[in-house]
Amino acid sequence: MSWIDIGALEDIPVRGARKLKTAQGCIAVFRTDEATVFATANACPHKGGPLAEGIVHGQKVTCPLHNWVFDLETGAAQGADEGRIATYAVKVAQGRILIEASVLGEKAA
Amino acid sequence: MKNLVIIGAGMAAGRLVEHVADAGGWSITLFNAEPRGTYNRIMLSPVLSGEKTYEEIVTHDAGFYEAKGVTCRFGERVLRIDREMKVVEGENGHVPYDKLVIATGSTPFIIPLPGHDLDGVIAYRDLEDTQRMMALGEGKKAVVIGGGLLGLEAAAGMHARGVDVTVVHLMGHLMERQLDEAAGYLLRKDLVGRGIKVLVSTNSREILGEDGRVTALRLEDGRELPCDLLVMAVGIRPATALAAEAGLATGRGIHVDDQMVSSDPDILAIGECIEHDGQIFGLVAPLYDQAKVAAATLAGAEAAFANRETSTKLKVTGCDLFSAGDFAEGDDREDIVFRDPARGVYKRLVLQDNRVIGAVMYGDTVDGAWFHGLIKDRTDVSGMRDTLIFGPSFQGGAALDPMAAVAALPADAEICGCNGVCKGRIVEAIEGGAGSLDAVRATTKASGSCGTCTGLVEQLLAVTLGDAFERPTAQPVCGCTELTHEDVRRLIKAQELKSQQAVWQELGWSTVNGCHVCRPAVNFYLLADWPVDYQDDPQSRFVNERKHANIQKDGTFSVVPRMWGGITSATELRAIADAAEKYNVPTVKVTGGQRIDLLGVRGEDLPAIWADLNRAGLVSGHAYAKGLRTVKTCVGTDHCRFGTQDSTGLGIKLEKALWGSWTPHKVKLAVSGCPRNCAEATCKDVGVVCVDSGFEVGVGGAAGMDVKETEPLVKVATEEEALAWTIAFVQLYRENAKYLDRPYKWIAKVGLDWVRETLSVPEERARLIAAFELSQSIYQKDPWAERARDEEARKFAPIADLTLEAAE
Repeated sequence: MSWIDIGALEDIPVRGARKLKTAQGCIAVFRTDEATVFATANACPHKGGPLAEGIVHGQKVTCPLHNWVFDLETGAAQGADEGRIATYAVKVAQGRILIEASVLGEKAA
Repeated sequence: MKNLVIIGAGMAAGRLVEHVADAGGWSITLFNAEPRGTYNRIMLSPVLSGEKTYEEIVTHDAGFYEAKGVTCRFGERVLRIDREMKVVEGENGHVPYDKLVIATGSTPFIIPLPGHDLDGVIAYRDLEDTQRMMALGEGKKAVVIGGGLLGLEAAAGMHARGVDVTVVHLMGHLMERQLDEAAGYLLRKDLVGRGIKVLVSTNSREILGEDGRVTALRLEDGRELPCDLLVMAVGIRPATALAAEAGLATGRGIHVDDQMVSSDPDILAIGECIEHDGQIFGLVAPLYDQAKVAAATLAGAEAAFANRETSTKLKVTGCDLFSAGDFAEGDDREDIVFRDPARGVYKRLVLQDNRVIGAVMYGDTVDGAWFHGLIKDRTDVSGMRDTLIFGPSFQGGAALDPMAAVAALPADAEICGCNGVCKGRIVEAIEGGAGSLDAVRATTKASGSCGTCTGLVEQLLAVTLGDAFERPTAQPVCGCTELTHEDVRRLIKAQELKSQQAVWQELGWSTVNGCHVCRPAVNFYLLADWPVDYQDDPQSRFVNERKHANIQKDGTFSVVPRMWGGITSATELRAIADAAEKYNVPTVKVTGGQRIDLLGVRGEDLPAIWADLNRAGLVSGHAYAKGLRTVKTCVGTDHCRFGTQDSTGLGIKLEKALWGSWTPHKVKLAVSGCPRNCAEATCKDVGVVCVDSGFEVGVGGAAGMDVKETEPLVKVATEEEALAWTIAFVQLYRENAKYLDRPYKWIAKVGLDWVRETLSVPEERARLIAAFELSQSIYQKDPWAERARDEEARKFAPIADLTLEAAE
């Protein structure tokens, strides 16, 4: 796997998220505690709500538009809602956030 | 005999010598820069606090090494390693080797702050550092930078010797590498309780000194902490200089393989100076494993080092914490959380595929070793999952019936610890007619203070009354707690809970850090009750209040500048028109509250459009906030032939007083200049209708899902009184209402009579106004101006844009 540096860990507040622009669409990058990050598709499968703007709790995020809740690890919608968001490999090394290079698209991989 | 040279006599080297000397066949030379043999470095903290002496922590003294036939060269530095000649050059001469083991350990990391080289700035690594701290003396001041394991042990040790200690920690909670927030909160509470000052999320700027000696630490915010000694305990770095100069492969540490052999087959390395499989080491257990593997490698036997789960305990008497495994990162994780607020206990297990992969415990750690065993052995816990958190002694037992347990309690068993109420007294009250929780509370005070015994009291009601008892149908805040909003508000005040961590722990939240339902509510309650102590948490706010704009269904935002009392000017209108054009705003609309709404602004553009509007003097209209929205007015006596008072003027004064305040739900006001009521004041949360003789203040109106006319609160003669009553009413609402209850809903619960009676007491009115003003001194500021530039503005942009790279 090759990894791309997208920013410093402090760029995202604890229990917060930031949007990442890619050629394939926007990705939401979450920081659930001091040293844990997750990356998923930014758009909620329900009505396209921006998940990077949602409230992050435990290992989950709540969509700001209609309160759908997703597990950030599996991408599965929680509770009665059905749906799944794409998840991407992301990690922290030496205070930097790295995302797996395949997010750049087929050509660059 | 072949020559074995070991550089460094730390804990890993000491253990290695034990293994190698017993096997025989080597002539061993041991270099140590410290002028002494091996001591148990991790026990320096008990030496510092006075619980042990240095002699007690020595593990391998000169006598031991002599008996093993080791040539000791203590107090002598190694200058270089000549790999070609296979010779180690010490300060006092050369020693040839057949095999060399590097165990140089690590050096403490010193932050290069200005002043870090002053006398009195030390690390916490060896006996000398410990002695410096021990020599400080009672009544002196010390600052410790770093709230990790070592920093806290240094702080507690010095505090035990009567030193006034402040810990300065960069991260949001203590020991963030070993503890989660909840445990970090409890640890901080314990330390603060015993008199150690703890500052978290705090950055240091420079160390101040006089005549070459440290005098104070200056923080990023300008505060100064005077000190006689400054201890930096912010981490360690593997000591690789000697190895790197000799041309060995190094990264963060000296690279070794599974056999502990470096890039030179005749040189091994063990301990804190190495890097194995990308890992470096700071805890003792893996170091001992490495010594064992290195001994086997030297003997030509087969052995391989594999890192294993280690656990951490803090050696501070009275702070009982345990942490093991991976609780911060993991795949498909699930949490089991147990909290016992009364005892200050917190336990969290992290599960993955039915196995425990991490454990954090605070307050009760007796089962730590058992959980650590489950982690190491990767035991399948699916069979005992329900009772897992209660530890080994609970496994295999029958499930308890809580009712039977309560019924079996003797009459003198204490139920409510706060008020000292025993079971007999409560049963007596119930039999005497107290048929509900509230009635029991009123007659016995049981569960009236901290509330943690509420469940027990309800069970007593159920046991005593049988089917006649109906459990109250009060709705808990959310799935994270069984408490109602009202309970949470009451307990935040009664127990003086001033942080979210405090609420989660002391009120027994069942989740790690709440959810999207409770977090905004708790955040509001804390900032309303403790405006000075509590710091607003943007991450606990709904997107609109975090971004200070209303999110629209397509993910764009709306921007509404404030127009005081609905009055604007040509300059303001021009600035709004310019902004609408510049940012391609698709829709410009006049709102029901007499404001102009710019709809369809892109999130990334928000700081820029705010900066433009700010320049024209326009600030946030808080059209997105659970706070004061608008004060709608008519033109009053200024222009209208029917106007009785200056309704526009009063509206502006009200808006200037109330703007920026956070409330349980949105608050809308209006002031009409006469009973014709052109400002529609009688359907607002607070509506003032001007009459000839003064001002009629009405409250609790609604014009949304419910439509409701305001009810008269008071009629006053002067504008000042109208302002005072309105502010006092808003503060009473802020202090008491459930989050997301508009005033009319709150009044329906508490009764308008109670509101009126409370506000009629002049002292209470004055207290409410003072409390509101205190809060406004912190919260009444334009959120747009604060986020329109620099660092803050950048947070509105994507963290990175990879579209450019993909195009290449």
